[in-house]
Amino acid sequence: MRASRRSFVKAVGGATAAIAAFFGLAGRDFTLFTKAVAPSNGGKPRKWVMVIDLERCDGCKKCTEACINENLVPPTFGAEPSFQGFQEWIKVFELNHEEGAAHQHQEAGAHLPTPCMNCQNAPCVKVCPVGATFYSEDGIVLIDNTRCIGCRFCMAACPYERRFFNWGEPPHSAQEQLIEYDPRYPVPHRRGTVEKCMFCAHRVEKGRLPACVEACNKAGMKAIYFGDAFEDVVTNGSEVVRLSELLSRRGGYRLKEELGTKPRVYYLPPTGR
Amino acid sequence: MEKRAYESTGETLIRPIIRRGRAYYTFVFSLMAVIVWGGYAYYTQLSEGLVVTGMRHIVLWGLYITNLVFFIGISHAGTLISAILRVTGAEWRRPITRMAESITVFALMVGALMPLIDLGRPDRMLNLVLYGRIQSPIIWDFISIATYLTGAIIYLYLPLIPDIADLRDRLTWKGWRGRVYKLLSLGWNGSEEQRKRLERAIKIMSVIIIPVAVSVHTVVSWIFGMTLRVGWHSSIFGPYFVVGAIFSGIATIIIAMFVFRRVYHLERYITALHFKHLGLMLLALDASYIYFTISEYLTASYGAEAADLELLGALFWGQYAPEFWVFAIGGLVIPAFMIALPRTRTPAGVTVAAILVNIGMWLKRFIIIIPTLSRPMLPYEWGQYQPTWVEWSITAASVAGFILLITIFSRFLPIVSVWETVGERMATEGGIPLPSTFTMAANTHSVPLSGEESDRV
Ligand code: SF4
Ligand code: SF4
Repeated sequence: MRASRRSFVKAVGGATAAIAAFFGLAGRDFTLFTKAVAPSNGGKPRKWVMVIDLERCDGCKKCTEACINENLVPPTFGAEPSFQGFQEWIKVFELNHEEGAAHQHQEAGAHLPTPCMNCQNAPCVKVCPVGATFYSEDGIVLIDNTRCIGCRFCMAACPYERRFFNWGEPPHSAQEQLIEYDPRYPVPHRRGTVEKCMFCAHRVEKGRLPACVEACNKAGMKAIYFGDAFEDVVTNGSEVVRLSELLSRRGGYRLKEELGTKPRVYYLPPTGR
Repeated sequence: MEKRAYESTGETLIRPIIRRGRAYYTFVFSLMAVIVWGGYAYYTQLSEGLVVTGMRHIVLWGLYITNLVFFIGISHAGTLISAILRVTGAEWRRPITRMAESITVFALMVGALMPLIDLGRPDRMLNLVLYGRIQSPIIWDFISIATYLTGAIIYLYLPLIPDIADLRDRLTWKGWRGRVYKLLSLGWNGSEEQRKRLERAIKIMSVIIIPVAVSVHTVVSWIFGMTLRVGWHSSIFGPYFVVGAIFSGIATIIIAMFVFRRVYHLERYITALHFKHLGLMLLALDASYIYFTISEYLTASYGAEAADLELLGALFWGQYAPEFWVFAIGGLVIPAFMIALPRTRTPAGVTVAAILVNIGMWLKRFIIIIPTLSRPMLPYEWGQYQPTWVEWSITAASVAGFILLITIFSRFLPIVSVWETVGERMATEGGIPLPSTFTMAANTHSVPLSGEESDRV
C-alpha cells in the first residue's frame, strides 16, 4: 500500500517535472543542447555591448574592410552590390537616399554601420530548429556551422537582416586551412550554412577589441565603442567612458526597439549635422 | 490474364488495372523523363550548392518553399472531401473519396520533399531528429506533416482493404502482384464482423484526420506568421492558409475527376452531379478566400503604416502586380463567375475554373513569400528574385512526380472505391451488400447514380 502510494507520488512528480521541463524548453531564452562556451572572465559573465556614434561616423567603411580581413569573410555569391563582393557582416548604410525614408533613421547625410545586434531576445535563436544558433555565456549570439542545416529560417526571422548565407563553396586560403573551427571564430567557412558578426568573440575573450572598433579608432573616427555593460564601461580604443552616462547624455537608442529583441548595439544620434 | 468475363458495373472500375495500353506507358515514360531531368537539376544543386538557384540575400526562399505550401495545400483535398463528407454521411461522395484520399497522400509526399530540397545542408537532415528544438516552428511542421502523412496513409488504406481483397479473388494473378494483393488484403473475407470493424475504423479515422489536417496547414502558415515581418506577422494567417488549402484541394479533385472520368470512362460513376456539388463547394471556398484576402489587405492598407504601404504598393501596382492581378482576377473572380453561372457550370466549365484556381493559388503562395522577403528590413534596395532553370526543373519534376504517383496508383488499385460505390448501390437496390464477394450477376448495368446522360444538372 505504502509502496504503491510512493510510486504514485513519484509518478506524479515525474509527470510534473516532465511538464515543467516542456514549458521550460518552450521558454524563449533556453536553448537545447547549447554548446557550452566558457565565459571569458574567469567565471564571471560578461555583457558585451557596442555603442556606435553616428555623429562621428563618416561612412569610410574601414570597419567593414577590417571585419572582412579579420574573419576571412566569404563572398556574397552574386547577391546585391556589396563591399568588394564580400558579405558585409557590418554594413554601412547611407541614410540620405530616398529608400531610407520609410525607415526609422533619416538623419540627413548620416551613415549607419550595422553589425549583428546580438539581441538578447534574438528571433534568430528562437526559430532555429536544431539549436545551431545560440547564446554564449557572454550573451553573444553564435552559430555552430557544423550543426546548421541551412534552412535559412533564422535569416527570415532576423529583423535587421544581419545574417548571410554561403550559397556556394566559400574560397579556402591556405591560411584558413590551418585554423581549427570554433563558433567564436567560424573559420574555415562552410558551404550551405549561415554566417554573421559575432562581436569578434575570439578576440574579446583574449581582451582585444573587435576588429571594426580597432579599425575605426585607427582611422581616427573613433566612432565605435565596445565594452561590458556589467562593469558599465566602454571604450573606442582611445577613450574609456561610462556606458550609462554616455547613453543618457547623448540620447542613445537601439534599432527597432519596439520589436523587443533587446539588441546589444546602441546608437548615438548625430546631433550637429 | 483475365479469368472471368466481367459483365458487372464493377468492371469499368477495375478495367484500368487489368489492361494497360500503349498510351499509359508513353504517359508514364514522359513523366519519368521530366523527373529524371529534375533529378539532374538537383544533382547540380547538390554538387555546387544553392548558388545555382536564384535565391540570395535578402530573398532567401523561393520556388521550393512556394511549392511546399502549394502541395501541402492540395493535400487538404482528401481530408475535406472524404472525411467531412463521410462524417456528414453525404452519399454522393462515394465514387470520389478514394481519389481525394490518394491525392492527399501523394501531394503530401511531394510537398514534404520540398523543404528538404531547399536545405543548404541536406546531408545534415538528421539533425532535425538529433537536435530538434520544440520551440522552432520548423519542428512543429516536421512533427505535424509526419503525423498527417501517417494518418493519411492509414486513411487511404482502410477503405482499400475490401477492394484489394476483391482484386485478390477476382484476378487470380500469379507472381508478385497476386502475392502483394493477398498480403495487403489482410485476410479480408467480407464477413459481417470484419465489415463492422472496418466501418468503425474508417469512421474513427475520418474524425481524427480533420483536426490533424487543419493543424498541418496552420503550422505551415506559422513558419511565416511567427516572424516579425511585414506581410507575414498576421494572426489571420492560420485560417487564411487553411481555407486556401481546402480551396486548392477541391480544385485538384475536380481536375482529377475530370481526367479519370475521361481516360477510364467512368461517366457512369462520376456524374455531372459531382461536378456541380464540388463546383459549388469550390465557389463557397472561393468566396471565403476573397473575404480573407480583402480583410488581410484592407486592414494593412487602412492603417497605412509606411512599411505596409510599401509592400502593398509592390503588390498592387509595383514589381509583383502581374502575379497579384492574375491571382485576384484569374484565380478568384473569373472562376467564381464560371461556377456561379449555370451556363458554364458543366463538368468542363467547372474543370477549367478549377485549373484557373490552382494556377492562381500557386501564384498567391509566390506573392505571399517573395515580396515580403524582398522588402528590405533596413535601408537596402529591394531584393530581386529570378528563379533559375534548376528551380524550374525541380518544380516541374515535383508536379510530374505527383501525377506519376497517382497514375501508377490508379493502375494497381481502383481509383473509385468499388465496394463503396457498386456494393452500396447493390445494397440499396436489394442486391448483395457484401463487398469483396459480390457476385456480379445481380444488377448488371444498373441505373447510374444520377444524370449520367446530361452534362448539366
Ligand atoms: S541582429 Fe539578427 S542575427 Fe543578430 S542576434 Fe539579432 S536577430 Fe540574430
Ligand atoms: S539556417 Fe542554420 S542557424 Fe539558421 S535556423 Fe537554419 S539551422 Fe539554424
